[in-house]
Amino acid sequence: MATLSLHGVRKSFNNTAVLHGIDLEVADGELVVIVGASGCGKSTLLRIVAGLETPSDGQVVINGRDVTGLEPADRDIAMVFQNYALYPHMSVFGNMAYGLKIRGLPRAEIDRRVRDAAGILGIEPLLDRKPKQLSGGQRQRVAMGRAIVREPALFLFDEPLSNLDAKLRVQMRAEIRRLQRRLGVTSLFVTHDQVEAMTLGDRLVVMNAGRPAQVAPPMEIFARPADTYVAGFIGSPSMNFIPAALDQGNASARLADGTLVPFPEGHRPGSAGQPITLGVRPEHLLPGEGEGEGAIPLAVELIEPLGSETVVHGRAPGGLAITARLPGTFSGSVLPVRLPGAHLHVFDAETGRRLDP
Amino acid sequence: MDGSLATPAPVRDDALLRATRRRRLASRLLAHAALLLGVAIVAFPIWMTLVGSTHDAGTIGRGDVPLLPGSHAAENYATAWNEGGGRTRTTPASVMLWNSLLMAVLIAVGKITISILSAYAVVFFRFPGRMIAFWAIFITLMLPVEVRIIPTFQVIVDLNLGNSWTGLVVPLIASATATLLFRQFFLTIPDEFVEAAKMDGAGPLRFLRDVVLPLSLTNIAALFVILFIYGWNQYLWPLLIINDRSMETIVVGLSKMIGRGDSQNDWNTIMATAVLALLPPVLVVALMQRWFVRGLTETEK
Repeated sequence: MATLSLHGVRKSFNNTAVLHGIDLEVADGELVVIVGASGCGKSTLLRIVAGLETPSDGQVVINGRDVTGLEPADRDIAMVFQNYALYPHMSVFGNMAYGLKIRGLPRAEIDRRVRDAAGILGIEPLLDRKPKQLSGGQRQRVAMGRAIVREPALFLFDEPLSNLDAKLRVQMRAEIRRLQRRLGVTSLFVTHDQVEAMTLGDRLVVMNAGRPAQVAPPMEIFARPADTYVAGFIGSPSMNFIPAALDQGNASARLADGTLVPFPEGHRPGSAGQPITLGVRPEHLLPGEGEGEGAIPLAVELIEPLGSETVVHGRAPGGLAITARLPGTFSGSVLPVRLPGAHLHVFDAETGRRLDP
Repeated sequence: MDGSLATPAPVRDDALLRATRRRRLASRLLAHAALLLGVAIVAFPIWMTLVGSTHDAGTIGRGDVPLLPGSHAAENYATAWNEGGGRTRTTPASVMLWNSLLMAVLIAVGKITISILSAYAVVFFRFPGRMIAFWAIFITLMLPVEVRIIPTFQVIVDLNLGNSWTGLVVPLIASATATLLFRQFFLTIPDEFVEAAKMDGAGPLRFLRDVVLPLSLTNIAALFVILFIYGWNQYLWPLLIINDRSMETIVVGLSKMIGRGDSQNDWNTIMATAVLALLPPVLVVALMQRWFVRGLTETEK
């Protein structure tokens, strides 16, 4: 039973602000993923929670206890590092037991915990091996085991999957998710991989330049991104952005070439004529048949066949790059697409904030 | 050739092949010749010493330089070991060997201990004056021991440490080179180990003992070899600070055996002592080499 609260956490390095006041509540047993491009401050945030970095301002509260000034070892947390940080000269058992030994647990208890964790992770046969004799996936498991044996209130994951090959990454991702559910330990997971974030998290914190751009469950972030940064970051290939303006009493968008795209559910907030950015996910573009009303003829530049679907990179007549994701296969030099009224995201052109409620 | 009309049989250029073989042989011969010459230059004086230690004093004294071993090895070595050589009948080699061994080990262990501690402080701690401390250590590299030998001698004598192991060893223990080497090695230890240790609740000394030292074993072994030989070969400082015959080291003692002027030298005993003086460093290199190769294969990736 553990919760984590961050209150106004700020961090500056030599007068350069890296985190601009983070507030976050993580419920008991929840897995929150902090996702963002490199340099957005996500790792710094995790390290502040871990106690490896001191915040310039703000509080870290674990289970109602203010741990801001405490040493990492006194915070009742465990961390899985990007490179696993397994001590190369210690056996797997030694690595997992080290923290417990320092804490002065009785030998029988250490033995029991390590063997339990090894059982959960399926690494019992490896306990006597050295880390260098393990494969990447096995090392990953040992690193997790080292966290599990501590029976912490909070798990911290610092991009733990980024050193694995693609197939193993998918496998370990599922394994981490299962394990976290099973143990019910509150967790904070940092990654730059949006697929990892979407599949793992109960909730996501999308970070942008030291600020949380949006905090919400994955599907909500996907369906209703709070601004153009989040919209462009989550989803692959990235969302298309098309400049437009509000028209017809804010019930339609007028594109640069004068085409009107009506919003199906009616009016959007904002003032008439206000410049906006329309967001359309590549898979939502409707491939048009011929030169129908409102169709944009894309000059095809690159076709990426993915088997069950095809990603087409093209250019609109105005020079705007647009990506479409089509079911099946595609060939040709021109792809007419229409904007789907039902799947339009409307953002303020200036601030990038989402305009509809 | 039937059926494969499209692929003609490959042509063998025998002349070219022979020329290539010849060239290879020539270059191999040349390489071996150069190596043999090098070995001869290095090994010949040692061979001379070995041979010299097996003849009686008279043979060498006459000016003959024998190239083949004689028959007096046992008595020469026994004399050197038990009584010492030279006209002056100096300290027996057994005592001097023991003294040298003690000095070399104390210097090597002391240097390694001090430099590990100072490198550990410089690398893993952030404290005011850290870089000043590091540069202060670094700058002492520029000063050869001989430059500071007079003031050091003064200090040691004032402290009444002449003719003592402390006076002999302590001034030689500080080592900028070893500190620098350990610093470079410690810098390669990933930060994540430090952080993992913090997570595990290991304090600085625990981290040093449980993580840094085990990872440094190979470096320590390699450095021990170098520093042991450095200590073993110390000449000027022991010569100054030790007057007590019973504390004489073998390198100093060896040079004292050789009398100056027209005095007759017991070259056979001197050479036997020289061979004895050679053995411990060789032994250390041979043993430690095996040991740190094993260390390498165990801790390296």
